[in-house]
Amino acid sequence: MHEAAEPLVRVVGLTMAFGDEVVQSGLDFDIRRGEVLAIVGASGCGKSTLLRHLIGLQEPAAGQVLYGDQDLNQADDETLAVLRRRFGVMFQAGALWSSMTVGENVMLPLRLFTPTPAAERERLARWKLALVGLEDAFELEPAELSGGMRKRAAIARALALDPELLYLDEPSSGLDPFSAARLDGLILNLRRHLGTTVVMVSHSIDSVFAVADRLLYLDHVEKTMTALDAPRLLAERGPERVRAFLRRRDRA
Amino acid sequence: MKSRATVDTQAVSWTRDAEGWHLALQGDWRGQGLPLPPAPAPGPAAGERVVVDARALSAWDRDAAPRLWALLAPLRRSGALPDLSALPDALRAPLELALPAPGATADDLPGPHADSSLAAGLRRWWEDALTTAAFVGEVALSLGRLLRGKAVMRGSDYVRQLDLAGPLSLPIVTLTCFLIGLMLAYMGGAQLQRIGAQSFIADVVTVGVVRELAGLMTGVILAGRVGAAFAAQLGSMRANEEIDALRALGIDPIDYLVLPRLLAMLTMAPLLIAYAALVGVLAGLPPVVGIYGVPAWEYLHKCREALTWTHLWIGLVKGTMYIGLVALAGCREGLHAGRDAQSVGAATTTAVVKALLWIVVAASASTVLFQSLGL
Repeated sequence: MHEAAEPLVRVVGLTMAFGDEVVQSGLDFDIRRGEVLAIVGASGCGKSTLLRHLIGLQEPAAGQVLYGDQDLNQADDETLAVLRRRFGVMFQAGALWSSMTVGENVMLPLRLFTPTPAAERERLARWKLALVGLEDAFELEPAELSGGMRKRAAIARALALDPELLYLDEPSSGLDPFSAARLDGLILNLRRHLGTTVVMVSHSIDSVFAVADRLLYLDHVEKTMTALDAPRLLAERGPERVRAFLRRRDRA
Repeated sequence: MKSRATVDTQAVSWTRDAEGWHLALQGDWRGQGLPLPPAPAPGPAAGERVVVDARALSAWDRDAAPRLWALLAPLRRSGALPDLSALPDALRAPLELALPAPGATADDLPGPHADSSLAAGLRRWWEDALTTAAFVGEVALSLGRLLRGKAVMRGSDYVRQLDLAGPLSLPIVTLTCFLIGLMLAYMGGAQLQRIGAQSFIADVVTVGVVRELAGLMTGVILAGRVGAAFAAQLGSMRANEEIDALRALGIDPIDYLVLPRLLAMLTMAPLLIAYAALVGVLAGLPPVVGIYGVPAWEYLHKCREALTWTHLWIGLVKGTMYIGLVALAGCREGLHAGRDAQSVGAATTTAVVKALLWIVVAASASTVLFQSLGL
């Protein structure tokens, strides 16, 4: 159903390197509107670095990350500011700003980047928190939340500016199976009800099978992507290492 | 079949025949700290079998496995093929686990860290200096944005930092500068008394404290109290990806985190230094009156006479500069800290050391500068 959808982001010939050591090269793929794309691979294969390239936190050694026709790494400040409005990011441990309450965390992007009046900001922030099931956490400090709640609050913050694309770094890492399943459910609901496109880096094969439409496998031996397709198809007839990887279901 | 014992000790016997090597363990292998039984030289070559046999082993315990492993591991690494099938299970199983299978690829471990050579040390120092220069440049750009009203700075952060740098620093500034003033008056008085010039103690204390010491001591105190806190705050924010979260939104961490801290320190600096100078000068009173018999009104009058505008503004400018350096060192180390707890600790220490170093360099340079300007 997503075959014909126009690409939201195109990655062209991307090469990632730490210093002189090339981690991945020749990455070419699209992020399609409305899909859930999971980026998987062994530890150290460059998943999180790829995410940092996709959100423009780190410049790739070569290649382009195109939002429409605009290369993220060539954009001037004003274009970059516009491009950044199009995606939200959840970092691995949530990365909520620890000096503010959860509510202030969600309101900050609204305060800085929209002319929303204060009362309206609070209502919007409470609404975003309600979307992730945390309407009562508005006044709390991030340190008072559990790991799973912090991640959900971070998703609420990422949703603050109504992005069409959500990047999630390891949404289920460090969570108990119940919280992880709840987060998987949240991802699917966001896609279903808000139409948000989701790109997630994941270690959890179960989570990938539960939510991802397509799976991008970064191979640590060949140092490039060796598969990009529906997880179930890849588990049956993907390349050998991908099938082996997908057999390692982590939760029964 | 030709058989020849090449090494025969109480613990092992190595023999070699057409099929390869035969390692017979013998005697009592109990206990730790026993000497490692030697391997023959030249030992088993790559591809040669080494049959390990424990039939002659009279007694052994769990320390036998690591001992045997220490003997076999180098052989396996050089390509020999130990055959453990004749060993008792309890000995064989852990050894099979610990000895890598032939042809197994080793994990790709990073090479040794921290090259300790002089050249590498110089290169690290140079990179560190470049980072600092780039950081100072970014702060300058950020100040420019602030002046044009384009920087996103959090007002409540500024207020909180004002409180941390100012009022909360007062007790320790009071104590330190009081003791410094006291010592200066006491020691200065002891020297001046020898030439009967006790009445000049006021000049020594006033000029010393107002022009040099108040700023210096306040800078040192803030380096430990506030500079270190900056490094720790920003360092842990970085470790927690909070800085990345700001940047992903397009918020410049320099504007948002460094500016309020730097400006709060610069705002508080002149006030704190003036206060520290006042405390220091007044602290000269007890020794001057009590020990050197100078009347209090005379001391205070002399102080007032010695205090020129030049001394005052030089003291304030220098001290404010030190405190600015403290804020820069703290923020620079915090923003460029590594991403683990260890690195945040290191950044905190480095922030204080750097701040003190920069203060001393700035103090020397400015003293020479103002002297040569004749001020």
